[in-house]
Amino acid sequence: MPGVRIVHVSFRYDDTPVLEDIDLSVEKGEFFAFLGPSGSGKTTLLRLIAGFGVPTAGRILIGERDVTALPPWSRNVGMVFQSYALWPHMTVAKNVAFGLERRHLPRAEIAARVRDALALVGLAELAERRPAQLSGGQQQRVALARTLVIEPDVLLLDEPLSNLDAKLRGEMRAELKALQRKLGITAIYVTHDQEEANAIADRMAVLDAGRIQQVGAPAELYDRPANRFVATFLGTANLIEGRIADGCFIAEEFALKGIDGPAGPACIAIRPQDISIGREPATVGAVVTEREFLGGIIRYRTRTRNRDIIVDVAHRRDAEHYNVGAAVGLAIDPRRVAVLHE
Amino acid sequence: MAEFAIKAERRWLVMSRDLAASRAQLAVLLFVAVFLMAFLVVPLLRVIIVAFTGPEGGFSLVHFGDFFRTALLREAFWNSLYVAAMTVVLASLIAVPLAVILARFRFRGAALIHTLGVIPLVMPPFVGAVAMQLIWGRNGSINLLLNDAFGIRIPFMEGLNGVIFVEALHYFPFILLNLAAALSNIDSAMEESAQNLGARGFALFSRIVFPLALPGYVAGAALVFVKVFDDLATPLLLNVTNMLAPQAYLKITSVGITDPMGYVISVIMIVCSLGAMLLAALLLKGRDFATQQRGGGGLSRRRLGPWGTRLATIFVVLTLAVVLSPHIGILLLSIATVWSFAVLPDAYTFAHYVTVYREAGPLIANTVLYCGLAALIDVVLGAMLAYVVLRSRLPGRRLVEQVAMSAVAVPGLVLGIGLLRTYYDFRLPFSGESLGTFWGMLVIAYAVRRLPYALSAATAALQQLHVSLEEAAENLGAGKLGVLRRIVVPLMAGGLLAGFVTSFATAAVELSATLLLVARAPDAPLSYGIYVYMQSAAGRGPGAALGVIAVVIVAVATYFAYRLAERERGRKSRELF
Repeated sequence: MPGVRIVHVSFRYDDTPVLEDIDLSVEKGEFFAFLGPSGSGKTTLLRLIAGFGVPTAGRILIGERDVTALPPWSRNVGMVFQSYALWPHMTVAKNVAFGLERRHLPRAEIAARVRDALALVGLAELAERRPAQLSGGQQQRVALARTLVIEPDVLLLDEPLSNLDAKLRGEMRAELKALQRKLGITAIYVTHDQEEANAIADRMAVLDAGRIQQVGAPAELYDRPANRFVATFLGTANLIEGRIADGCFIAEEFALKGIDGPAGPACIAIRPQDISIGREPATVGAVVTEREFLGGIIRYRTRTRNRDIIVDVAHRRDAEHYNVGAAVGLAIDPRRVAVLHE
Repeated sequence: MAEFAIKAERRWLVMSRDLAASRAQLAVLLFVAVFLMAFLVVPLLRVIIVAFTGPEGGFSLVHFGDFFRTALLREAFWNSLYVAAMTVVLASLIAVPLAVILARFRFRGAALIHTLGVIPLVMPPFVGAVAMQLIWGRNGSINLLLNDAFGIRIPFMEGLNGVIFVEALHYFPFILLNLAAALSNIDSAMEESAQNLGARGFALFSRIVFPLALPGYVAGAALVFVKVFDDLATPLLLNVTNMLAPQAYLKITSVGITDPMGYVISVIMIVCSLGAMLLAALLLKGRDFATQQRGGGGLSRRRLGPWGTRLATIFVVLTLAVVLSPHIGILLLSIATVWSFAVLPDAYTFAHYVTVYREAGPLIANTVLYCGLAALIDVVLGAMLAYVVLRSRLPGRRLVEQVAMSAVAVPGLVLGIGLLRTYYDFRLPFSGESLGTFWGMLVIAYAVRRLPYALSAATAALQQLHVSLEEAAENLGAGKLGVLRRIVVPLMAGGLLAGFVTSFATAAVELSATLLLVARAPDAPLSYGIYVYMQSAAGRGPGAALGVIAVVIVAVATYFAYRLAERERGRKSRELF
């Protein structure tokens, strides 16, 4: 199973830049995710790998093969479309057989491989149905079987779970991951849902405005976001402006020792659960302005002299609560602070 | 006990309120049902009964036996099938390339193709038929030029060819519009997923694109087949009488209203029309692909190469020239002194317009009166029926709707025969005139046949009107009637007006039922006048002038209907934001 290399790819659509200087390696056998808001260019990048569009600059390699100029039909890249794109005039079996027929395999082998592929996704007995007679989850599986049956070099998934309801989405996510592990196939998954990307991907690239913002393992990106966009897109973050001098971060109303970074103006990000709240004076004093009970956690919105800071506290039945208006001390652990690169 | 009393009272309140609401709705539904019963169902049944009644009364197939024993009628039957089928073939040859260019390629002349799809429809085929003879006929402009240049003549307009040619030029937009819509409704992912799995070129087209677009094509082709099969006016004007519709017309008008053969032919026409539609429906069963696709965005349009662009341009321009030939011909004819055995008329004059100016007044007035009344009836009935269908739970409302919609499949000729036969023996009070040939019957014939248009327009308008708009008014204290008057009707007005104009414009050039139901010259509308003028060589000029007037009326009306529809769409989309 080859990996995918995207070498300094840019793409313009009618003079509008969509992707700018994307440089990225997906290792073989890896489950990789492109994560970003709509309009970030993630689907365009996926489509370039499949051959739907030619980069304005740069190259795309699958293994050692340069596929930049190859048309979609000669790439052997499998793509599962967001809408599934099952052909309504063909049965499930015909849909799955289509790619094998185009490869002119013997009829007996086609039949056997279609059977295997449908068995793989657990739909062996629905082979003669029409797509319209299937549920959303079943259609999703057929689309997957249709793509996997051609044994593609890379599996591309364009928001494959977005048309399913929440419960089914969780199940399919786990199944997809198990299937990818079992086949050892290189997979790239496009989504705007960070939870989905976190759960499924070995590594991911966060995209915004046509540029890669950061690449890494999900937990790594969450803990060490490189910039404001990544910090706020992956969960909630308190962003605090200030400057760094002598290993110390200085904001207007407080200072924090033990922060590494180049001296000068800086911005740090800290997750709400990484701040502790108490009665005693701590890093910075604040007043509770709002309290939300969210089940597993209690979210406090607090106000220091200069800014709002969100603090999450794990909820336990006997835990102490702070009422709106209470004066509290917020303690920030410097080891849990991420210094953002701007 | 007290609780029980309260419950009973509440139940009574709810029931009486529902009854009050549904009593008005019931009255409306009954009214529409009675109208359709009297002027569509009974006349059709009458035609069928007469066709199956033997000379001594009672059920008999003897007339059908006669039909198939008569060589002329057998020939007419096959000719009608042949003409309808060949028209579909010729129309497809024009429409399919245009639809493919429009939906699959980036082509700068796309607006031209859109225009091509509308131009033929503003002029009924019978108006242009005579002009087509002068351009494409044996001694028409084209053949004179061909003969001079190459010494050949092509029989474009000989016999059945002429009918096929004229009808195909008029009806190909039905295929073009349906196929182009089907093609552009295909989700681009349908095509891309096939490419992703290794398909391209012809395999991609034949396995994916073509099967997905087929339903649109079949729907358009079936419509063309039925329209051509049922058309009376075009063959009559081209002097082709060995087809079914002209035979039925000739039997009724020359032999008499009691001659059973006209009814037998009518039944055969209905059976063939229904058969064609049924066949299309069977072919399309379970293939309503448009609704089975999510997302969308349509097929990606490819760039045409330089040769592709050249070929496409030549095809579009040539088609445009041919499609415009009846329009140009009728215009030339209307200002020609003499046009015979010549490429172009000998000289030009406005005398024909002066002639018709003196005589056309009553014709135009009649058309405006009849078609205006018919369109008014359509809008009122259409709006009432749409309201009852969408906003009530009355049993049978869907059935009434289906009956109303089925009028679109009833040939004008057959409806005309049925109305004439059913109401011929009723006498009007005072004048003693037959109800069957009273001009009001023409209004009713127009109204019945155009009701489907107005009904669809009203249904569409009402569907876009969210129930909550009405509920909000009720919540603020308006009764059902007040809601109707202050909320529903004003919001539906645009759609209803569009329905009115469509009904009016199509009725203005109706000829099949008109030919049967007009009894006296003073009652004749414009379409009848054109037909009568075109019968004689001397009358062609004035006939053409009348034709131009009719086309202008239809074109202006169509334009307004289009503008209204656009404005409605604009208003609807603004309401969303």
